[in-house]
Amino acid sequence: MKVAYIKHCLGIFTFLTIITLSLLGCRRGSHENEITLYSGRNQHLLAPLLEQFTQETGIRVNTRYGGTAELAATILEEGERSPADVFFAQDAGALGALSKAGLFQTLPENMLAKVPEPYRSQEGLWVGTSGRARVLVYNTNRVEESELPADMDGLTDAQWRNRVGWAPMNASFQAFVTALRVERGETATKEWLTAMAANQPRSYPRNTAILQAVAAGEIDVGLSNHYYLHTMEKEQGTTLAAKNYIPPKGTLVNVAGVGILRTTRKTEQAQKLLQFLLSEQAQRFFTDQTFEYPLVETIEPNPVLPPLDAMPDSELDLSLLEDLSGTLSLLQELGIL
Amino acid sequence: MTPKARRKKHLYQRIFSGRRLLRIAVILVAALSLTPVLYLIVRASESAPQIITLLTRPRTLQVLANSVLLTVLVTASATIVGCALAWLTMRTDLPGRRYWSAITCLPLVLPSYVGAFALLAALGPNGMLQGMLAPLGVTRLPSIYGLPGAWLALTLFTYPYVQLSVRAGLRGLDPALEDAARCLGLTRLQVFRQIVLPHLRPAIGAGALLVALYTLSDFGAVSLLQYNVFTREIYVQYSATLDRSAAAILALKLVALTGMIILIENWTRSHRPQYRAGTGTARAQTRIRLGNWHVPALVLCTMVTLLGLGIPVLVTMFWWVRGLHADSVIGAQTRILLHSMSASALAALSCVLAALPVVIQSVRYPGKLSRLAEKAAYAGHALPGIVVALALVFLGARYLPFLYQSLFMLVAAYTILFLPLALGALRTVMLKLNPRTEEAARMLGHTPANVFFHVTLPQLRPGMLTGMALVFLTCMKELPATLLLGPTGFETLATRIWSATEEAFFAMAAAPALILMLAAAISLWILLHHEQDQLPT
Repeated sequence: MKVAYIKHCLGIFTFLTIITLSLLGCRRGSHENEITLYSGRNQHLLAPLLEQFTQETGIRVNTRYGGTAELAATILEEGERSPADVFFAQDAGALGALSKAGLFQTLPENMLAKVPEPYRSQEGLWVGTSGRARVLVYNTNRVEESELPADMDGLTDAQWRNRVGWAPMNASFQAFVTALRVERGETATKEWLTAMAANQPRSYPRNTAILQAVAAGEIDVGLSNHYYLHTMEKEQGTTLAAKNYIPPKGTLVNVAGVGILRTTRKTEQAQKLLQFLLSEQAQRFFTDQTFEYPLVETIEPNPVLPPLDAMPDSELDLSLLEDLSGTLSLLQELGIL
Repeated sequence: MTPKARRKKHLYQRIFSGRRLLRIAVILVAALSLTPVLYLIVRASESAPQIITLLTRPRTLQVLANSVLLTVLVTASATIVGCALAWLTMRTDLPGRRYWSAITCLPLVLPSYVGAFALLAALGPNGMLQGMLAPLGVTRLPSIYGLPGAWLALTLFTYPYVQLSVRAGLRGLDPALEDAARCLGLTRLQVFRQIVLPHLRPAIGAGALLVALYTLSDFGAVSLLQYNVFTREIYVQYSATLDRSAAAILALKLVALTGMIILIENWTRSHRPQYRAGTGTARAQTRIRLGNWHVPALVLCTMVTLLGLGIPVLVTMFWWVRGLHADSVIGAQTRILLHSMSASALAALSCVLAALPVVIQSVRYPGKLSRLAEKAAYAGHALPGIVVALALVFLGARYLPFLYQSLFMLVAAYTILFLPLALGALRTVMLKLNPRTEEAARMLGHTPANVFFHVTLPQLRPGMLTGMALVFLTCMKELPATLLLGPTGFETLATRIWSATEEAFFAMAAAPALILMLAAAISLWILLHHEQDQLPT
């Protein structure tokens, strides 16, 4: 009896030890030539570029991909002990939140100088790497370009009733509303949102769903980011019944951007990565492969994109898009979210 | 032996006595399960003044009403479908019942965001169905958005919980009981109502509870189908403002709602003994001949399979074929598949190991501790994955840096999230074990440990297998915890699917999604096959 019991216990003990060791063994070590990147930017839009970086510098990048907001919340939760060296965000709001929490370090002036002022932090805590314009995407079978309004205000017209789609849950839509609040003030934004809501737009959880709905003719016009159309057409190898329209009176250009964590022990390597993301090679990748606007001024945007300087409002300083709670309460108060 | 050595031995025996070890294990499991709730309390208390405003605004009541309505509807319909399918495949001569029992469980493995996407593509406005009906003059389908769509999607992806649980319950039923009741003059209907149903009640209750909690914690389906419930509200709070305190307050409300649901489930638990007390072994169950009823039965199976499995598979295949020209479709998926399988298998093992002490304690030595441990376990299951993940980020980064972002942490998160799946399956079987067998073994001079390993554990095997299968299949599709807690660079099929759909690369999502379904189908097939060999059916 006893022997059987001891044998059982020994068996279980060895088994558990092996499992524990293998579980712990999976953890990556931290070497001089490795940095850890938390990326809210999608893997398909970043991984090929990081490989090029490793080839050039010999620095390996361990990347944790996830939603921008989730990763920002993770870094806030990790606080001083974050294993991350660099954070790559899909929108300026999350970068602003981490700057505010004092989690980023100041970047060297020569790096910041590469990017025009609106697209970087005023305190020099983060820098934009590529630009993403807010556009109206419309169904080419159901709407003529000439019918579209000159700015977003035109969408509150009664003729757009039940024909518009938006994504109030999406960070880029919320950034757009925050921009409106900064530019026009609280009351005007509230008026615009109320008038829009009265037109009963359909809500989608994200921009890609809007684009699909527009292409399928479920709605006629959607508020979206510009690049989804191009990437989707590239993937499906077809031309969708949808086109981007940039309101001539102006629109918001948000950024994807990066910051270096204050707690990193690898500032030098992290800065090399940032330098690389602002290099001609990376900027070309962002515009040629992912259809975004390069932010380093010497690089020409992809010819399929409408020129960026045709957008008067694009000069809005993105560091100002910090008050996200205000936007959320406004959207919730109006019952939009 | 010196007195000192004797004292030492005595102490050793006291500490390592079976009952004490069991208690310690139960306490540890309860502590693990309560981690997210403790974290939420810490975060919520940071902004006490906000609590009142967040709790009393009219919007909160609306969201509460929506959540309750959806949960009630989904639980009811999933219970009906799950029970019907379990009964048909276990107790009747339904043609091809072995295949049906495996196929009808498969919707369980679909990540709800993929399933909902597929349903939208097929049944949504201008979707495939409308395209097919267009020649017949149908130009508008009833809208799938809102409650109807969320209800349909969640019912289709959760009924297998009830089905698997009821299967286990039906298998343990001794036909002699029904025979005796029939001999005493009860009609078939009376036998069903007075004998079968009371015996199945815990199994149905356990399955329905899992459905209810899944519905409460699901984010993918409700966000795509545009129905505003708590998880969506919590997610918006995180993503829009990164305000963790406000999100924590909302999540605590979800915990409170879970508490209420658990109380209801408690009421379905029968206090009568569930085990056989007769001598000899139970004889094989007889199957009911369906006769002409096999037609509607087959129609039901086909309909459910078509909606829950057929549509998602077809839509995914369609994406895959459409993207074939875009070269970047099937890369090396083996490594990712291995990641998915190993993390899920470890989690299945860990959940069953954690569930064992809790179930034994609660069935054999019920008391305050066992009740607490069981209820704590359910709290984790009702919370959205992001909340549990952030709780472990908080705990890991601050207090366990040597474990943080190791596979260990990920398996711990899976265990918190999915422990109830194993608990329910094990409990259903444990209730059917007659304690007299264990007592007899003790009388014959076996140590408690020996009895446990040679009498109790072997009999629990079907429950352990079902529990492991449920956890395994659910972990394969888990997303938020995998993204935040896995080792950096640890990709799984679910994260692959997510990163592709996130940017609308549907073709790239198709290959991993198909592999996920295939891997799950194979594991499920092995399990059910194994189960059939084990026991007479």
